[in-house]
Amino acid sequence: MDVFRAIESEQIKDSMDHFKAGDTVKVHFTIKEGDKERVQVYEGLVIAFKNSGLRTTFTVRKNSYGVGVERIFPLHSPRIEKIEVVRRGRVRRAKLYYIRSKVGKAAKVPELIVRKG
Amino acid sequence: MLGLIGKKLGMTQVFDADGRLIPVTVIKIEDNVVIENRTVEKNGYNACVLGSIDKKKSQTTKPYAGQFKDVCDPKKTLVEIRDFGQETAVGDVLGVDMFKDVLFVDVVGTSKGKGFQGGVKRHGFAGGRATHGSKFHRGIGGTAMSAYPARTFKGTRMPGRMGTDRVTVQNLRVVKIDEELKVLLVKGAVPGPAQGVVIVRKAKKK
Repeated sequence: MDVFRAIESEQIKDSMDHFKAGDTVKVHFTIKEGDKERVQVYEGLVIAFKNSGLRTTFTVRKNSYGVGVERIFPLHSPRIEKIEVVRRGRVRRAKLYYIRSKVGKAAKVPELIVRKG
Repeated sequence: MLGLIGKKLGMTQVFDADGRLIPVTVIKIEDNVVIENRTVEKNGYNACVLGSIDKKKSQTTKPYAGQFKDVCDPKKTLVEIRDFGQETAVGDVLGVDMFKDVLFVDVVGTSKGKGFQGGVKRHGFAGGRATHGSKFHRGIGGTAMSAYPARTFKGTRMPGRMGTDRVTVQNLRVVKIDEELKVLLVKGAVPGPAQGVVIVRKAKKK
């Protein structure tokens, strides 16, 4: 299995573990339109991580004009320029699928308050 | 046709230049040693005999080891590749770097054994209805005609052993070559189980 790890490790981006489920993030994703390239920002709540080496993905959910939208990004994709953390969330589980069936205030994740010292 | 003996290690995915995840098969190509060169004068055709993958000495017989005499230690796999297309001398060691300028390859392997299978799985027969009074489910149906010819033709497709056939997959794109790890990444699936022996050839039709 070492060969697989060696092959994947070349493309695995370090420092991509600065956020987790419950956080609100801005994903800067490059899109190709014809021969032009531009960066699109997608903001939402991270509801899940699926860890699998290079194939690790994370799901970002947002509410777009009353419609829930979920987008799955490959974490190590070269098309992800950067991921900004807008807000840290306090959650008690790794997968926040329960959010899908909640509306309004119930669909919110409380902010994580880190005590100093 | 350029060709080498390899070993299928398994599959994974890698990103390409456009950021798409591509399914790839990892093929390990250990040192391939040229055991013999066959020539028109001597054998009636041109070919190169390659040996690869180490074999335990206790598992080799003298007649088998005799083929490797003066060249190298006995190898597990011996393959003859016709019209090699490259000058080779006996004892030469060939590696993955041979495929450096090759864009597409054909891969020959032995497919996974499926055991004794029926006509539906083995030959793609449609089968019948499962319900609504049907009494014909996954059978093969009739195998012959009537009073003439009053027999079943040879080669009629029937249930039987499936798999472990020699299968060639053509025109697989070479995604990457890693000379350090001695591996070749090829887009898509390749016949056979992981650790199975495969022959990688330069694509015939590209």
